[in-house]
Amino acid sequence: MRRLATLLAILLGVFRRRKRTEEPRRIVPAGTPSRGAENAVVALLVCAAMLAAAFTVVYAIDDLAHQTQLLGLALGLSFACLAAALIVLAKRLVVSEEIEEGYPDPEHPEEQEELEQVVRESGSRITRKRLLLAAGGAAGTAIGVAAVTPALSLGPILDTDPLYETPWRRGRRLVDTSGLPYRAEDVSPDTFYTAFPEGAEKDEIGSPVVVVRLDPSALRLPPERARWAPQGILAFSKVCTHAGCAIALYRKPLFPPTSPRPALVCPCHYSTFDPARGGEVIFGPAGRPLPQLPLEVDGSGELRAGGNYSGPVGPSWTGVRGEGPRS
Amino acid sequence: MIRRAIRFLDERSGTAPFLKKALRYLFPDHWSFLLGEVALYSFVVLVATGVYLTFYFEPSLADTTYRGAYEPLRNLQMSEAYRSVVDISFQVKAGLLIRQTHHWAADVFVASIVLHLLRVFFTGAFRNPRELTWLVGLVMLFASLLEGYLGYSMVDDLLSGMGLAIGYGVALSLPFIGSNLALGIWGAPYPGDPSFESRMYIAHVLILPVLIGVLISVHLGLVALRHHTQFRRARRQSDRTLLGVPAFPGQAPRSLGLFFGVAAVLFLLGGLVQINPIWQWGPYELSQGTNGAQPDWYLGWLIGALRLVPGFDVTIADYTVVPNPFWGGALFPLVVLIVLAVYPWVERRVTGDRSFHNALDRPRDAPGRTAFGAAFLSWVLVIFFAGSADRTYVFLGLDYPAQIWVYRGLVFVLPPLVFFVTRRVCRELQEADRIERVREEAEEETRREVLPA
Repeated sequence: MRRLATLLAILLGVFRRRKRTEEPRRIVPAGTPSRGAENAVVALLVCAAMLAAAFTVVYAIDDLAHQTQLLGLALGLSFACLAAALIVLAKRLVVSEEIEEGYPDPEHPEEQEELEQVVRESGSRITRKRLLLAAGGAAGTAIGVAAVTPALSLGPILDTDPLYETPWRRGRRLVDTSGLPYRAEDVSPDTFYTAFPEGAEKDEIGSPVVVVRLDPSALRLPPERARWAPQGILAFSKVCTHAGCAIALYRKPLFPPTSPRPALVCPCHYSTFDPARGGEVIFGPAGRPLPQLPLEVDGSGELRAGGNYSGPVGPSWTGVRGEGPRS
Repeated sequence: MIRRAIRFLDERSGTAPFLKKALRYLFPDHWSFLLGEVALYSFVVLVATGVYLTFYFEPSLADTTYRGAYEPLRNLQMSEAYRSVVDISFQVKAGLLIRQTHHWAADVFVASIVLHLLRVFFTGAFRNPRELTWLVGLVMLFASLLEGYLGYSMVDDLLSGMGLAIGYGVALSLPFIGSNLALGIWGAPYPGDPSFESRMYIAHVLILPVLIGVLISVHLGLVALRHHTQFRRARRQSDRTLLGVPAFPGQAPRSLGLFFGVAAVLFLLGGLVQINPIWQWGPYELSQGTNGAQPDWYLGWLIGALRLVPGFDVTIADYTVVPNPFWGGALFPLVVLIVLAVYPWVERRVTGDRSFHNALDRPRDAPGRTAFGAAFLSWVLVIFFAGSADRTYVFLGLDYPAQIWVYRGLVFVLPPLVFFVTRRVCRELQEADRIERVREEAEEETRREVLPA
């Protein structure tokens, strides 16, 4: 009786085992379902859908206060819900088994050798390889040069003379942004002014000058510039000689005994120039003084240029000369 | 249904074996591996929002008078480019959201690339056989910097104009070729030919994005061909055996979740946190400058370098040879790029370690590398923070020139200091690890001796 039972058990076992082998072997291991996590994912996805719909609604309404903020909130939170849904999915609903696997082979010596062989044997009919390579190289280089030649039309690449040009010349009046001429008596010692050459393009690098008035007795200009600052009024290029930003700061001491002397400062890298000493650099990275524009006061008291700048305007380049620019 | 789709695909492409491999590609699990992914997803958001912006942006410097919705700018003369971006901000529906999201995404993009680079450096992931992946990544980083710079320069607001002036100054300062190069790029002396705007535009929306896109493919292709590196968290993980979660189903929802998480953060920032309010800066005028406006964070190291270099040009008699902006604006980033690019080969030389690495180092495992990396990073960071000295002056009242002199000193003093301290800390940590191991072994032994009794 007991034997019969054993036999039956074995048979059943075999039968069951056979049935099991009929199912394909799992690749992704089984995990336990989680109704809670599923509910959470569904809820988050519904939230994402509703928020995305809210985006469309907010978009459709005209004249809504804070529309940008509401649009951002709707879209951002919708994405956030989607992200949360996916993370719950990843953590609770998807089997993320860690698998072990060999790294790819570091090298394939046979294939390497075959590759080398193919390349070597392919050229076996050629007797003068060097000559062929030289000719090929010449053709390649010439075609390459031809291909980039049109780049010369991008600008006056080979002619750097335009870098020296400025619209200033002797007798040109200094005007403000609206084109009104500056009068010497308008220039107060407490602030600084931006002036342009009358009738010229304001947005040229050589155009804008900064005008300040200092006490004539405080000036320490180079001797050849002795007549460049009538009544202590000085003009300098407004473009920093370091990297070309506009000199937009004027350090003007309000309490002379404790403050440093007046200085023109560039707000980009804080190059600091001394107007009393002809635009000399007193601090910061600039390598050249600020070009000074000679001034004259005409019969009607208006400011006019007495010539061109003392040096080239704007940032330096290799070969830039210290001498004056051309007009 | 699934079977039919797979069959259809396989019959027409024969890719079933490849797809099976791809689905079961293994991802080692560590949070720091997600930094590169964050960069990738920011790029996706950048492209999507960028395409939207091109529908409205006008890359033209033609003069126009503003007659739009924003009262303070009414009747002001400005370029079409600036006008169109003000219109995107105030008149195009969702335009401001998309514009700000685009800008935030650019900042997050570069930030995640830098963090990813640091992770790769300090864990030695760049070693043989992954030097090419490292180089491609570096090129992408520098391409992204240029891409970001062009992006905010195209707008033609006052801040972007100042940035371009500096770019022109740096281009002009390149020894011997600078003047020709700058005239070629700008088409005329600064502010350049009107066509310069179109040149920036095509570089920003086509040339550089395509370059970055191609490099991303190469980068990811190289990663996949050699497989991911891994930390040794389990005994089984080694240079030969990889332990990870398969792409599908394990990794896919995580990565997708991260993608939507990144998108969520970027759109929330874009909607709620103002960035680059160009209507406050006003249109660019060559003769004007703003104070207190800072460039995007990823240009901070360059502005710091330009500010730190003392004022001198290399001159011969009356002629300038090397103008000043070259040092900070061109040589400094070039040095950083070259040091990073050659580092894998220098380390091989120095350590003599030419072998194949798939398992990562912990920073303490390679004290020399970690110390060098920390020192180099501190050098770049000092220069970066020097760029904010003017803000520190405004907020804390610290004398600006004094700060600059301190930074000029720190540039030389701090890196060696950081080098020796870091190396020491790494060695101490290694020693602590060793002691811990000995103690564990001893305890194990005592336990074995006690148990039989």
